[in-house]
Amino acid sequence: MRYKRDPKKIREVLGDKVQFVLGDMACVYGGILAGCSFFGGYPITPASEIAEGMARLLPRVGGTYIQMEDEIGSIAAVIGASWGGAKAMTATSGPGFSLMMENYGFAVMTETPCVIVNIQRTGPSTGQPTLGAQGDMMQARWGTHGDFEAIALAPSNVQECLDFTIEAFNLSEKYRNPVCVMADGEIGHLRERITIPDEKDLKIINRVEATIDKEKFIPFGVSQTRKSKVPDFPVFGTGYHTYVTGLTHNEKGFPATDKQKDHEKLVKRITSKISDDIDKIVKVEETHLDDADIAFVTYGASARPAETAMELARKKGVKVGMLRLKIVWPFPEKVIYKLGKKVDKIIVPEMNLGQIVHPVKEAVSGNCEVVSAPKIGGEMHLPHELLPYLGVK
Amino acid sequence: MTEIKTAEELNKKYLREGMWPTIFCNGCGNGVVLEYTFWALEELGWDMDKVVFVSGIGCSSRLPGYINADGLHTTHGRALAFATGIKAANPDLNVIVFTGDGDCAGIGGNHFIHAARRNIDMTVIMINNFIYGMTGGQLAPTTPFGSIATTAPYGNIEHPFDICNLAKALGANYVARWTVTHPYQPIKSLKRALQKKGFSLVEFLAPCPTAYGRRNKLGDIKKLWKWYEDHTILLEDYERIMSYGSEEEKEAMKDMFPIGVFQDIDKPGFFEEYQKLVARLMGKNNKKTAETEAVIKK
Repeated sequence: MRYKRDPKKIREVLGDKVQFVLGDMACVYGGILAGCSFFGGYPITPASEIAEGMARLLPRVGGTYIQMEDEIGSIAAVIGASWGGAKAMTATSGPGFSLMMENYGFAVMTETPCVIVNIQRTGPSTGQPTLGAQGDMMQARWGTHGDFEAIALAPSNVQECLDFTIEAFNLSEKYRNPVCVMADGEIGHLRERITIPDEKDLKIINRVEATIDKEKFIPFGVSQTRKSKVPDFPVFGTGYHTYVTGLTHNEKGFPATDKQKDHEKLVKRITSKISDDIDKIVKVEETHLDDADIAFVTYGASARPAETAMELARKKGVKVGMLRLKIVWPFPEKVIYKLGKKVDKIIVPEMNLGQIVHPVKEAVSGNCEVVSAPKIGGEMHLPHELLPYLGVK
Repeated sequence: MTEIKTAEELNKKYLREGMWPTIFCNGCGNGVVLEYTFWALEELGWDMDKVVFVSGIGCSSRLPGYINADGLHTTHGRALAFATGIKAANPDLNVIVFTGDGDCAGIGGNHFIHAARRNIDMTVIMINNFIYGMTGGQLAPTTPFGSIATTAPYGNIEHPFDICNLAKALGANYVARWTVTHPYQPIKSLKRALQKKGFSLVEFLAPCPTAYGRRNKLGDIKKLWKWYEDHTILLEDYERIMSYGSEEEKEAMKDMFPIGVFQDIDKPGFFEEYQKLVARLMGKNNKKTAETEAVIKK
């Protein structure tokens, strides 16, 4: 029997409407609110609290938590659960995210809705396990082999950990693509006040399940019931006898590995189903951009010191604004292009040696100066460290 | 339901249309294992809407594609982890994994160990052809000592993996090994494995004339298939010889594969235990223990 989301039970298990919780725990709440009923996990700092939270709460709402043998198994079980009809997620950090890359691509190729929360820490390799970073932003976009479109959100506070995990499920269900919540150790281990949204305020999207005649059903083409490049989802056990493979496949799902056209048709559909909708997916927050000469382009934890630096600079008469990317992938190219035409300088503070600064430069197309403001080593930028980039002493 | 009597009728019912011909070579054992599985399913009379086949990468992992049922053809070695998720999402489904020796005992060894240890409710059918066939004959964890592989051109100096004894040690509910040259016991055994709760493994020794046979003076299909008859012994006989036989008899067992049922027990499967846990936490009439209460409060 498949899981049925029970809003009343969920509220009972999550507890008070207003709470003071860890970012990691807010991801757990978001997942459960979205209807997640399977979590496959493996302990890793600073994401372990998500697995712990799921182990504690999921069975109480009737969902399943399994601690898998590694992160490869975790994402594999999550994808399997999704085909079994569950909303499923996992959570990890850098080393685990690296291990997940092959099956991340499998989820893309087989159009499997699922959510991966990455509480990023420093690297390369084991790095600084307990300290935050934003080192995996490009890995979320390019980490698995082959051509694909990524969807990734970057929360800047604990409330957004909850909200963005719900949003991640919505996007993954809508586009049938894996979606990453790219939080960082700072936000994951930050404790803040959150408000659990009421049921009536929740927007929850579920995948469109296949309902049409089994003989006529085409599992891997455009939808046969809606105007969409996302096919309806034939949940295992509902009689559609679907063959799902990571090999290049035709619309029937049968392997079609030796013809250029078959591959092109498939991969162009699974990438354009997302890129066609980029304007609908993009989510940014603009602050003080109306009169700004200089703009921060930020995401995740590094938006916080940038915001303070912006306010400090404004007090000294420097017109600074901020564009915060709530959704980093797909990249809001048009928004950044327009910003580049408007301001003289864009500063990109990141807790890495410069990752998102590159697509920013590409989008700006030389219309203004783009400066990377990197900081690594597991510490956030301090606001005053960002002031020199603004010409403020 | 009309009774199925011939292989042709069986194939008509269970094979997926439009997927033929198969990728398998002449003399390959994979099709035979598929046929045995169909017979076992037919005897059980299962609703094929509720059976899901999962596989990894390799020749035998292509089998789910040929079956008229839901199938998930996953990444190399990870089939059992995917299968775990499917079963978790809907415990009403019967999950069957087809995997090869490289897929299961090589790259997927750790997933195998833990699926068996957790007693996850699934049946794993591991087709062991001693070699990486699809990639052209490289050394496998099951390649017999001394055999030739493209990546062991001077003979294998590693000792092969005994997956059945591993599964037995892990406490799997059902463990058996057969060869494709013995038709009756395997069908009966598969049927038993499929009916089992918890984890069940059936290993098939299956010939690969192309990638293994040719390099090991067994390229002739008939000769290779006969090799399996000559190199297998019933588990009971094997154990008797190893316990009471002479040194010469024991020495002769060195290159022999015991076949038969290695384990047949009835521990509750993972999902049975999990459902008990959920019932304990969610049941209306149950009294929460102080311990549970403390965890919830935390």
